Amino acid sequence: MKALMGYLAGLLFGLGLAIGGMTDPARVVGFLDIAGAWDPTLIFVLGGAVVTTFIGYRLVLRRDRPLVAQGFQLPTRRDLDARLIGGAALFGIGWGLSGYCPGPAFASIAGITPPLIAMLAAMIGGWFLARRLPAKS
Amino acid sequence: MDVTASLHGLIGGILIGLSAVWLMATLGRIAGISGILSGLLTRSSQGDSPWRLTFLLGLISGPLLLMLLGSDLGNVASAPAKVIGEPVGGVGIMLLAGLLVGVGTGIGGGCTSGHGVCGLARVSTRSIVATLTFLLVAIITVYLMRHVIGGDV
Repeated sequence: MKALMGYLAGLLFGLGLAIGGMTDPARVVGFLDIAGAWDPTLIFVLGGAVVTTFIGYRLVLRRDRPLVAQGFQLPTRRDLDARLIGGAALFGIGWGLSGYCPGPAFASIAGITPPLIAMLAAMIGGWFLARRLPAKS
Repeated sequence: MDVTASLHGLIGGILIGLSAVWLMATLGRIAGISGILSGLLTRSSQGDSPWRLTFLLGLISGPLLLMLLGSDLGNVASAPAKVIGEPVGGVGIMLLAGLLVGVGTGIGGGCTSGHGVCGLARVSTRSIVATLTFLLVAIITVYLMRHVIGGDV
């Protein structure tokens, strides 16, 4: 049952990315290029997603527990540290260079190209590298 | 402004939001792609792997479904009939970009979905700071690449 729920969530996410145009790196870079021919599409995707999730989470988190799991697993940390901000900055450089963040990159496997293979392989390598960095900075 | 593209964007965004709400309602988890995928690959998540795997299969099958249906629901800027757009650079730049995305989301604890969508919806201070940081840095990166180093492309 958990696997089915996970599949449905992934399917909705993949449909959303594709319909929203986020599986087109040119659109993403077009959004980030505020000094060029600015493409506002991403702000509609992000806005629609955040507002929907904001409302939905408030309804869902009133319940005692999820439908098919023991409890809600929510992040509890509140502090700002160098890893959070430094990590976000490194991610921002990679995102700007490629127009790929992890979701759209992975969702684009159906239209795989050599540059996308390189990006995905390096991203996975980066995750292993990040695991080897000390937990506290 | 391209109204069709924006409308598609809004519909796509709502679907992504519904996905995040569904994952929280059923499994109690944050829909963060970097966390779901890296968790599956880099650690032995006890009994936690099946839903991660099926989520990722679903993630691929969304765009694939649109391609197979031959529907015009795709939203590629240069080719409206396509679902998946071409990379904006070659293998070399993508290796560098992928490494930065992997290391950055790994140590920063999330990406556009986990921090950007779910974190903003939870009004998490950490996620708001992370999202503003990667957005700003990405905008500066594109500016430098397109208008300083690359000339006006």
